[in-house]
Amino acid sequence: MKLISVKLSPLNSKKNKLKFSVTVTLKKDVLDPQGKVVQNTLKNLGMHDLKNIRQGKFFEIEINEKDEKLAQEKVNEMCKKLLVNLIIEDYKINILK
Amino acid sequence: MRSSVIVFPGSNCDRDIAVALQKMQFKNKMVWHKETALPKSDLIIIPGGFSYGDYLRSGAIAGKSLIIEEVVKAAKFGSLVLGICNGFQILTETGLLKGTLLRNKNLKFINKDVHIKVINNTTKFTSKYKLNQILKLNIAHNEGNFFTDNDHLKELNNDNLIAFKYSDEKGNTSNLSNPNGALDNIAGIFNDKKNILGMMPHPERMVDNLISNKDGVNLFSSLLG
Repeated sequence: MKLISVKLSPLNSKKNKLKFSVTVTLKKDVLDPQGKVVQNTLKNLGMHDLKNIRQGKFFEIEINEKDEKLAQEKVNEMCKKLLVNLIIEDYKINILK
Repeated sequence: MRSSVIVFPGSNCDRDIAVALQKMQFKNKMVWHKETALPKSDLIIIPGGFSYGDYLRSGAIAGKSLIIEEVVKAAKFGSLVLGICNGFQILTETGLLKGTLLRNKNLKFINKDVHIKVINNTTKFTSKYKLNQILKLNIAHNEGNFFTDNDHLKELNNDNLIAFKYSDEKGNTSNLSNPNGALDNIAGIFNDKKNILGMMPHPERMVDNLISNKDGVNLFSSLLG
């Protein structure tokens, strides 16, 4: 009996983890000097259709939780507590499948 | 007066401030960030540097360290707290001061002596300065571009919570005398109770004519009362 349960566990353990991505960008009214420089450089390279660039940060987060909603709440808490400075930054959470 | 200087991995102005405090006759203690208790102190200083290599955001990781919880508690009981440079960034990350410090507008690390004007000289930090006095202090930072929302900016102006503004040597505050793009040339602010001061310039570097000038001395003598 025990052996069987061990055999099944790899499948389960895969489901016990969920993976999220978090994208953090500066809010609209906050000046993004790095984005501006990147934008100007791309324009100098001939990308004249370029309208706007905002530079940001990207996090990949794996979490030991199988319930999608609960997991997302935990990621949200991480964002609020540390990953994001809510005064100047916006963030988006996406689940990665 | 008893002071404590909080030291993080990456702090690099902790010894400068300790020398300045000693020179001014403070009884100073250095406190490692992993400590969970603060020595009894009338003044807590969070020094400049690059705590945790500025990972994530300047001051973000230090702002969640063990000792910071004690600093927050002490500040709420009215202890005086001074954050200089990275210390200012850390204070905004803890929420003790509102607003934040963005990357310098010119995207460069700026290390130079600048002029600042004393905007409020009625606090425990600034009483020995004259109103509108011009000081020459050193700045050395990559993220000193103060930013905040409109409500807070109004509060800063209405409640006289701006300590210093960048100016030229005659006291004019304009874009020309703004080194880093800071909102309204703001170089230092108080909290609403005026027991916490965060500032980007380094007063501790200006306490001896031999190496600079003595424009920073009166900040410390103000604190001594």
